[in-house]
Amino acid sequence: MANSYQLKRVDFIFRNENDWEKVLSTTIKKKPQELINELISSELKGRGGAGFPTGLKWKLTSEAKAEKKYVICNADEGEPGTFKDREILSKVPYKVLTAMAVCGYVTGAKEGFIYLRGEYKFLEEELNKEIAEFEYYCKEINLDFKIKVFMGSGAYICGEETALMESLEGKRGEPRNKPPFPTQAGFNGSPTVINNVETLVHTFTIFKYGAKKFYDLGVQYSRGTKLFSVSGDTPKPGIYELELGMSLQDFVYEFGDGDTKAVQVGGASGFLVPRKKFKDAAIGFKGKLTGISLPTGGSMMLFNSSRSMFNVLDNYLEFFREECCGQCTPCRVGCQQLLLGIKAVKRGDKPASYLDKLLRLTETMQLTAKCGLGQSVANSFSSIVENFREEMIY
Amino acid sequence: MDPIKSLIQNLADQYGRQRENLLPIMQGVIERENFLSEYSMVEIAREMDIPASEVYGTATFYSFLETKPTGKYTIRVCKTITCAMKGKSQVLFAIQDMLKIKLGETTPDNRFTLLETNCLGWCHKAPAMMINNEVYTELTPEKVREILSDYMKQNGSI
Ligand code: SF4
Ligand code: FES
Repeated sequence: MANSYQLKRVDFIFRNENDWEKVLSTTIKKKPQELINELISSELKGRGGAGFPTGLKWKLTSEAKAEKKYVICNADEGEPGTFKDREILSKVPYKVLTAMAVCGYVTGAKEGFIYLRGEYKFLEEELNKEIAEFEYYCKEINLDFKIKVFMGSGAYICGEETALMESLEGKRGEPRNKPPFPTQAGFNGSPTVINNVETLVHTFTIFKYGAKKFYDLGVQYSRGTKLFSVSGDTPKPGIYELELGMSLQDFVYEFGDGDTKAVQVGGASGFLVPRKKFKDAAIGFKGKLTGISLPTGGSMMLFNSSRSMFNVLDNYLEFFREECCGQCTPCRVGCQQLLLGIKAVKRGDKPASYLDKLLRLTETMQLTAKCGLGQSVANSFSSIVENFREEMIY
Repeated sequence: MDPIKSLIQNLADQYGRQRENLLPIMQGVIERENFLSEYSMVEIAREMDIPASEVYGTATFYSFLETKPTGKYTIRVCKTITCAMKGKSQVLFAIQDMLKIKLGETTPDNRFTLLETNCLGWCHKAPAMMINNEVYTELTPEKVREILSDYMKQNGSI
């Protein structure tokens, strides 16, 4: 079945919906429970990379008892190779705002934040104008919901949801221990829904067109569409909305330059797939896809045979070393040692077998690091070292 | 009153003095002063009634909150993978050559600081850089020379 799968382009996310006001006013006439059920039956999972069921997140927050609750739109897009959220916020911001307001209605939150990465500061003014207009409309329909834009200041780790909340509270963006989860204790200790920009837009689609429309797209366990940010050695760099579940082979057929040697799926924290595995790899969440299933926040980087995979790994490790928050030892020391380690092997100061020691170190990091950053370094490290071992040595 | 003190007071009046307003206040100081001096960090701490070490600890966590003096224009060239593949080094050379400074330095007239940064989210139009909040993409050495000379002209010198 997988082999017969073709790349399917879809146009939901950037479709101009002039009737968002109507969508908002009709959606909030339904019962919160009904909307939660709708989301759950759509099987929408978070589009930031982690893939938590969105309906469940909203449900948990709506059930939490608290005086104050919050909705946060995570626009701290920092994964190397992703640039989709910025496009959404500049082209269809009203969909994000509508979705946030609906989320507020469903969960009982009266306030929302858009945490925008510092690098996207140029969007702030326009976004604030949109918000002003949006809030004006909310008042007209008696919906009590306020949205504020909060600017980040250049820290990749703040894309991690609990680090983002620390940052929002005016602190260093260091991830918290979980549990408690944000649905119980998020911003300022209150129950909080935190969703990626793209996830929110998908909820808009679902509320407007119905859960079935969404569910019918994609494959089992990976429903709906996804925005892919395509970069690297490709004649067609850009942003594409595609159905989930495509094989990497089909993807390369469409976006490769004829000489694609590997694709990094999911950015620096994702997996590198070499040419010989393209056929067995499918893009979607974990589940019964063909062979390897690759979750992704949307970053797809292509490399052709002119590229040194050593340089690629070196660049990723430097990224992690700099962006690690420094809070826990496995990640702080691990990232440094991995970087020093591969350089030492390349120079010939360490034998090739040293790479195996480094691989064991990444396993330790995966098990003991506190958050996704330290845990995911193992993904790119092991997939690159295992598939391109000679390039690490010579 | 001294200008930094009154700037910080105004910012605190505007945003509020709760802990969650610390970042916007620091960002506001940088917009005016280009960096957070020790003096302004202590002033912020006093104004918000939190320990100065907390202000310092928070400021140093974020790469855009400079605690060392920077020029009027901070140039941040992306060094992450796609930009590295698409000619970031040549772009960097061109800038260094034109401004006569190295990475991490500020021009003697205090106008330009040159830094590297991580992925800016413009990988499909790599290489990319930011000058203050402005983004420039699909750079070539010629293109950066044009961009920089525009900035220099704005300041009436070349
Ligand atoms: S894994 Fe890394 S980024 Fe995450 S908490 Fe530990 S040190 Fe910080
Ligand atoms: S790698 Fe430079 S903008 Fe993403």
